[in-house]
Amino acid sequence: MALSRLSLRSNPFLKPSTTSIRRHVSTDTTPITIETAVPFESHLCDAPSRSVVTSSSEILSFFRDMARMRRTEIAADSLYKAKMIRGFCHLYDGQEALAVGMEAAITKKDAIITSYRDHCTFLGRGGELVEAFSELMGRKRGCSNGKGGSMHFYKKDACFYGGHGIVGAQIPLGCGLAFAQKYSKEEFVTFALYGDGAANQGQLFEALNIAALWDLPAILVCENNHYGMGTATWRSAKSPAYFKRGDYVPGLKVDGMDALAVKQACKFAKEHALKNGPIVLEMDTYRYHGHSMSDPGSTYRTRDEVSGVRQVRDPIERVRKLLLSYDIATEKELKDMEKEVRKEVDDAVAQAKESPVPEPSELFTNMYVKDCGVESFGADRKELKVTLT
Amino acid sequence: MAARIHVGAGAATALSTFNSKKLVAPPSRTNLPARSSKRYIVAAAGSDGSKKSLLRVRHSQKLIANAAVATKAETSATTGTGHELLLFEALQEGLEEEMDRDPHVCVMGEDVGHYGGSYKVTKGLADKFGDLRVLDTPICENAFTGMGIGAAMTGLRPVIEGMNMGFLLLAFNQISNNCGMLHYTSGGQFTIPVVIRGPGGVGRQLGAEHSQRLESYFQSIPGIQMVACSTPYNAKGLMKAAIRSENPVILFEHVLLYNLKEKIPDEEYICNLEEAEMVRPGEHITILTYSRMRYHVMQAAKTLVNKGYDPEVIDIRSLKPFDLHTIGNSVKKTHRVLIVEECMRTGGIGASLTAAINENFHDYLDAPVMCLSSQDVPTPYAGTLEEWTVVQPAQIVTAVEQLCQ
Repeated sequence: MALSRLSLRSNPFLKPSTTSIRRHVSTDTTPITIETAVPFESHLCDAPSRSVVTSSSEILSFFRDMARMRRTEIAADSLYKAKMIRGFCHLYDGQEALAVGMEAAITKKDAIITSYRDHCTFLGRGGELVEAFSELMGRKRGCSNGKGGSMHFYKKDACFYGGHGIVGAQIPLGCGLAFAQKYSKEEFVTFALYGDGAANQGQLFEALNIAALWDLPAILVCENNHYGMGTATWRSAKSPAYFKRGDYVPGLKVDGMDALAVKQACKFAKEHALKNGPIVLEMDTYRYHGHSMSDPGSTYRTRDEVSGVRQVRDPIERVRKLLLSYDIATEKELKDMEKEVRKEVDDAVAQAKESPVPEPSELFTNMYVKDCGVESFGADRKELKVTLT
Repeated sequence: MAARIHVGAGAATALSTFNSKKLVAPPSRTNLPARSSKRYIVAAAGSDGSKKSLLRVRHSQKLIANAAVATKAETSATTGTGHELLLFEALQEGLEEEMDRDPHVCVMGEDVGHYGGSYKVTKGLADKFGDLRVLDTPICENAFTGMGIGAAMTGLRPVIEGMNMGFLLLAFNQISNNCGMLHYTSGGQFTIPVVIRGPGGVGRQLGAEHSQRLESYFQSIPGIQMVACSTPYNAKGLMKAAIRSENPVILFEHVLLYNLKEKIPDEEYICNLEEAEMVRPGEHITILTYSRMRYHVMQAAKTLVNKGYDPEVIDIRSLKPFDLHTIGNSVKKTHRVLIVEECMRTGGIGASLTAAINENFHDYLDAPVMCLSSQDVPTPYAGTLEEWTVVQPAQIVTAVEQLCQ
C-alpha cells in the first residue's frame, strides 16, 4: 500500500510501544511500495509509475551505503586539506542517492562509466574503502596501483570502467561498451554518466546518434548538479532540459536526491534500453562541495542555497525519515549505524595511510602488454634497453 | 599460437658472406644467426612507379628467433609459389584472416562496409561478416574512435579506420588520453587491443589538409605503438600482428602505395611489430627510412651503386618504439647515418630518431646524423611545389655523397 512518507510519525497511536508490535528488521525483504515525492517528466516515452517497490532491508542498505559514501567524501576533504591527497579531488557528497539508487536497479554485469567524480560510484560498484583511500593517497594498494589518482578509479570485475578526466570523453567510451554488450548478445546495459557541463560536448551528440542508429543498450545519465564548475546551467545551456536534448532519443527527468526515484528510473531505463535502444536520464541533483577541492563553491552560489538544499533535499535525511516513519529502525539505531560507518571509514583511512607507495619500477609497468617483447628504458639508463629479438 | 606461422623478420645479421655484386636487392625475409649458410631471397627492388617485385622465400633450417610469436621449425624447404597481389589486397587479406580467426575482431570506420572502403581495404568484408562486424559509422571520428576504445576495454578488438589519417586529429583526445593511457592509469586492469589505421602521407595534389603525416603528432603519446607498412608483404604481416597485439597499435599506410604489387607467401605469417626491415645491406652508409620514402631511397640507391657507393637501407617500420637493435648494429658497421622521411622537419620521426641515435651510438658515428625530411609547410596543391615539399631521390644521392666524403 502506498503511504505518505510523513504520516505515521505524526500519529501517536501508531507509535510502537513494546517489542510485541511487529517491527521491520534489517533483513526483512517483504516488499513495501512507496510513492516518489516528485513526478517523473518524460520526453518521447511514457514515464514509469511513481510507486517504487522496495523493502526494509533495501532502504536500510541505502542508508548505510549513502552514509558510507558521505563519510568517505568528508574524510577525503580533510585528507586533501592535510595535503595527503594532491592534485584534483572532486567530491560527490549530496549526489549519493544516484550511486545507490542505480546500483539497486542493476547487476554487476551492467557497465557503468563516469567522469572524474567517481569515488562514490566506485564504492557503489563494490570497491573497498581501503582501495579508494589508497588510490587517493597514491599508494600501491589503490585500485589503480596508485597510478591513476582521484579521477581514475576502475574496477574491471564489477564492470566499472572509470574514472575519466576529460569532460565528456567517457560518453563515446560508454557507447563503445554498449556496442560490445550488443555484440556479445548478452542482455546487459551500459550507464554512461556525465554532468550538465559535459552535456554541451559535441561528442555526446555524435555518440548518441550512433547509439540510436545502431540500437545500442546505452543509457546516458546526465547528473545535473546545476553547475559546470562555476557556470550555472542557465549560463551555459540554451536549453537546460537535458533529458530533451536527445531529440529523437527518449528522455526522463528524475529527482536525483531521491534514491527510490533513481532506482525506479534506472530499472525503467534498463528495460527500455534492452528493447528500444538508448535513453537519456536527467538526474536533478546537487553537490555540496565546490566543483573540486580547489573550488570553494561559494563564489557562484550563496551559502543559503547550499544549506537550503541540505535541509530540504538531502538524500540521507530523506532515507532516514523514511526509515523512522516506517519504523524500520529507531533514531538510536541509525545513529549507531552512522558511528559504525564512521569507524569503518576511519579504519580504512588509517590502513591506507600505512600502506606503501609504489616501487620505482612501477613507473614503467603497465605501459605495454609484453606480448611482443616490448620493454622500456630504466630511469637511469643502466637498466635493460629495448631488446627486440 | 598456431603451428605454422612463421614470422618474417627484418634484420639479416650475417652480412659478411654476402656478395653485393650478385644481388639486385636485399635479403629481406630472414633473420639468421651467423652460423647459417643458407638464405636466399631475391627481390627486385621496387621503384616508385612500377611496383612489380618477385619474392621467393627459402627458409633456413635454423629457427627465426622472435619474441613475438612462438615459431615452429619449418620442415619444408620452400614455400609454395605464393600469390601476387596489390598492397590494399594484402591488407584486406590480413584483415579477413584475422576476422575469420577471432570473432572479436570488428572493423569500424566511414564507408568501410557497404561501400567497401574508400581505398578498398575492406572490400567484401561486410558481405561476408555482416553489419555488426563491419560497421559503417557516421562522420564523427571523435565518437567512433572513443567507441572503439570503449569496446576494446571489454575485450573486443576493433580495427578503426580513419578514411584519411588526417581526420584522426579530431579523435586526438580519445587516442591520446584513453587509448594510450587507460592500461596504465587503471593499473593494468584494462588492455586496449585496438588497431587504428588509415592512409596518410603526401599524395598526388590532394591539398594540405589531406596530405597530413600524423606519425609525428602521435609519437609522443605513451602507451601506443606505431608501425608503418611499405610493401604488400609487411602490410599483411603488420596488420595481422597489430590485430593480435594486446596494445593499441597505429598502422600508417600511404595513399600512394596501395597499388604496389608483390608476391606474398600462401601460408600464414606475421611480421614483428617492433622490428625494422633490412631492405639492402651495405657497408658505407646507413639509410633509415619508412613508408613511401623507401622507394625514393631505393631509386637513389641504384644511382649510388652505379657511382660506387654501397648504402645499407633499412626500413625502420616500427616508428614507436624504434628498433635500436637493428639500427645500432648497422651504425656500428657503417658509421654514417642518413634518415630519409616524409614527416616534416620539426618534431618529426627523424628528429626523434636522430636524438636516439646520437644518444645511444654517438661513439660509433664518423659524421653527424643527417636527416632529410619534408619541408615545414602545408603541402601545396601545385604539382611542382608538392614535389619540392617531399624528399626526392636526387637529394638523397647528394646527401649520401656529402656524408661519405
